[in-house]
Amino acid sequence: MTALDTNVKDGVDRETIETVHSMGKYKYGWASDIEMDYAPKGLNEDIVRLISAKKEEPEWLLEWRLDSFRRWTQMREPDWAMLNIAPIDYQEQYYYAQPRSFREKPKSLNEVDPELLRTYEKLGIPLKEQMILAGVEGAEAAPAEGRKVAVDAVFDSVSVVTTFKEELGRAGVIFCSISEAVREHPELVKKYLGSVVPNTDNYFATLNSAVFSDGSFVYVPEGVRCPMELSTYFRINAENTGQFERTLIIADKGAYVSYLEGCTAPQRDENQLHAAVVELVALEDAEIKYSTVQNWYPGDEEGKGGIYNFVTKRADCRGARSKVMWTQVETGSAITWKYPSCILRGDDSQGEFYSIAITNNAQQADTGTKMVHLGRNTKSRIVSKGISAGRAQNTYRGLVSMHPRAANARNYTQCDSLLIGSDCGAHTVPYIEVRNPTARCEHEATTSKIAEDQLFYCRSRGMDEEEAVALVVNGFCKEVLQALPMEFAVEAQKLVAISLEGSVG
Amino acid sequence: MATDATRKAAEALLHALALPEGEAGWVRERRAAARTRLFEAGAPMRRDEYWRFTDPARLTAPLALAGAGDAPAQAAAAFAGIDAVRVRMVNGRLRPDLSDPMEQAGLAIAPLGAVLRQDISIAREIFGRLEAAGQEKVSRPLAILNTAAATEGLAMQAHGAVALPVLIAHDRIGEGASLVRHVVRVEAGASLTVLEAGVPTNSVMEVDVAPGGRFHHVRVQTGERAPAATHLFARIGEGAEFKTFTLTADGALTRNEVVIDLAGDHASGHVAGAVLGQGEAHADNTVFVTHSAEHGESRQVFKNVLAGRSRGIFQGKIFVRKGAQKTDGYQISQSVLLDEGAQFLAKPELEIYADDVKCSHGSTTGALDATALFYLRSRGVPKRVAEAMLVEAFVDEAVAEIADQGLQDRVRALVADWMAGRA
Repeated sequence: MTALDTNVKDGVDRETIETVHSMGKYKYGWASDIEMDYAPKGLNEDIVRLISAKKEEPEWLLEWRLDSFRRWTQMREPDWAMLNIAPIDYQEQYYYAQPRSFREKPKSLNEVDPELLRTYEKLGIPLKEQMILAGVEGAEAAPAEGRKVAVDAVFDSVSVVTTFKEELGRAGVIFCSISEAVREHPELVKKYLGSVVPNTDNYFATLNSAVFSDGSFVYVPEGVRCPMELSTYFRINAENTGQFERTLIIADKGAYVSYLEGCTAPQRDENQLHAAVVELVALEDAEIKYSTVQNWYPGDEEGKGGIYNFVTKRADCRGARSKVMWTQVETGSAITWKYPSCILRGDDSQGEFYSIAITNNAQQADTGTKMVHLGRNTKSRIVSKGISAGRAQNTYRGLVSMHPRAANARNYTQCDSLLIGSDCGAHTVPYIEVRNPTARCEHEATTSKIAEDQLFYCRSRGMDEEEAVALVVNGFCKEVLQALPMEFAVEAQKLVAISLEGSVG
Repeated sequence: MATDATRKAAEALLHALALPEGEAGWVRERRAAARTRLFEAGAPMRRDEYWRFTDPARLTAPLALAGAGDAPAQAAAAFAGIDAVRVRMVNGRLRPDLSDPMEQAGLAIAPLGAVLRQDISIAREIFGRLEAAGQEKVSRPLAILNTAAATEGLAMQAHGAVALPVLIAHDRIGEGASLVRHVVRVEAGASLTVLEAGVPTNSVMEVDVAPGGRFHHVRVQTGERAPAATHLFARIGEGAEFKTFTLTADGALTRNEVVIDLAGDHASGHVAGAVLGQGEAHADNTVFVTHSAEHGESRQVFKNVLAGRSRGIFQGKIFVRKGAQKTDGYQISQSVLLDEGAQFLAKPELEIYADDVKCSHGSTTGALDATALFYLRSRGVPKRVAEAMLVEAFVDEAVAEIADQGLQDRVRALVADWMAGRA
């Protein structure tokens, strides 16, 4: 891994710069012209019923959705985050959109609307088996035999295709869209859906529970190490649609899975809503790695348009010695409201959170994590890097809680913020609650300007200013980038540079 | 935001307090404005974010002010051996008859009640003004209540290097609440030290430090059985220095808020504290440091030693305004938990709108270092003595924030006494 890292780093910083120069502002800003079927605009019980009917869901799931919807109508939108959000009209959104060619389910990739396939080609998603690592620059740094990544692609409200199903099936791994899982594996879905993030959890999670359209489902059986990385690509394409995906990952006793998630959306003037829920369940000795590169459309330089990203992600380390690692690179979205968390219930369980959040122009991010230590000898580690440029506001918000039973629990938190320019803001709001004398908690946070001397050094070596900033920022983020799977790390480094484009000089 | 419930609670709070009579017009106006502000803010409630860790119910119970009485002089003992001008307050009433002569070179000092009946410019510039400015971002209703009704306390104006510290010793007898307000102005280049011993139920001190002035404050609160809320508001001018330290030991429920604004360039503000808790003690230190000018330097250093079922709370914030470049902000909060059942709850915040700054905070919690204890015990040091050595060393970083050596040693002695007397 270390040998690979060096390769990537040397190669990529240069490449990063080239990308910055060669690229438009937002690479994924195009919209595909695909005929869509929409549910009527707005949100009411009928829409919830319609979504459920479209997905041919069983009665219990419809009831759960309706219960969620009723609860949601009684809830108030949270306002505690350091976010300035224009009022959201929930009745002005489409809650369900589906590519027309999907009326009849495609039997194979050949039947999928070619326009849709081109969309994925543009996204650089390796949909076909031979496309391993295709579209990911820096692939030459990968081992010669290549690495397989199984992909589930979600387009607006519908999961389009899932690759490598057969090979995964041989290992006993279930990887499919959540709608398919509801049909094929109802017992698993019923057992775990809502068990980590209940439909009473918060405003956006409750909304998601009522209208979630699609998302991925993963089940790794006892003792199985998932033979390849699993990946989901989310794309919002249609105008005025919200995307409400729901992901559920279960790692049974002793299982291991690494899951990657990427997101993009077209460039539109209106704000689009994204309210997802991700639930992870790790049983005894299981390990889940969840990596995200979030690159939703951030809006233009004036702050017009962009995705409102309200996401509830939570892992339940239910079993003893289970382990969950969240890694996120948040560069997109006009607004990010997201706190991937770990409930460390099992004794000796571990949670980790590595995050890079970059905001530029008028972007706002309020993101962080919660580590709730319930079991004995539980450990958690938080490394958060916030970078703020332009007129952006970037907040780390986190909770570390040591319950009275969490004897010998351990936490280490580091959150650093970097400010580029005098009009942006960087904020840190950690909560630390220690209720056990043998638990140990350490928290440190720093905020500083991008170092002039480092920039000067780079400039004196012939780099231009943007190059120098990209290099220094990549160095600042290094600990988090190293926690990412290799192909994501490559993409993330480039994103870091692109996101900061225009922030200096 | 006030709701019907918080507004009602605010009304009940005010209802219990008689409106002072015979005051100057500007004071009456300011009190009326404070009443309006209090209704707008509402009384604090448990669900308020700012009261997440401390239940305000016992602090917002309507105040029935204690009657006059003679209590034995106990509080001042906290500063035994310190050369100071001793001013006694009993049940929240100033007692010049039981105090040292207050006058000394470089200091104008008078009972607040007398000042508020006149039109004295320094009081007019400060009273209720610094408190109101300190309501930015988060409301502090208990301080507004104080502005609306407090009449007892001192007005001080230092216009030179004041030689002796002013020690305000507060004793109480019987039940009943006390409402105390001090207004302090340190003129350019002047310096003043104020010591406080004992805690009234609700006390507010407003301190305006003019350019180049120096203000030092040390407060000791020990074994207070009644709940208490204190507020210290300060505006620190260009090149001025402000330092405050509070030792809180075993208070039933103490909420200390320190709200300072580094308003002039090159201002310096240090806020420190030590908490020693046992039994059911609950000590909350809430600090809000605002950097409004360039080259400001601020420090927050808090140490908590928590035994029994005691709770230590630290909410600290560094707020750097846009344009407050070259700010250097530092904050550390650390806790040692000695027993099962003790808790430390912290929220150390940074909110920063200027880029050329250096701000950091750290927070740690844990038990006493087992290896250090083992080492000492293996050298024949008894367990209690070893614990005391480690605790005293731990607390010392905060104690060292006190400017004066003699005061430092006095506080060290209090910490040692507490460790020795701990159940």
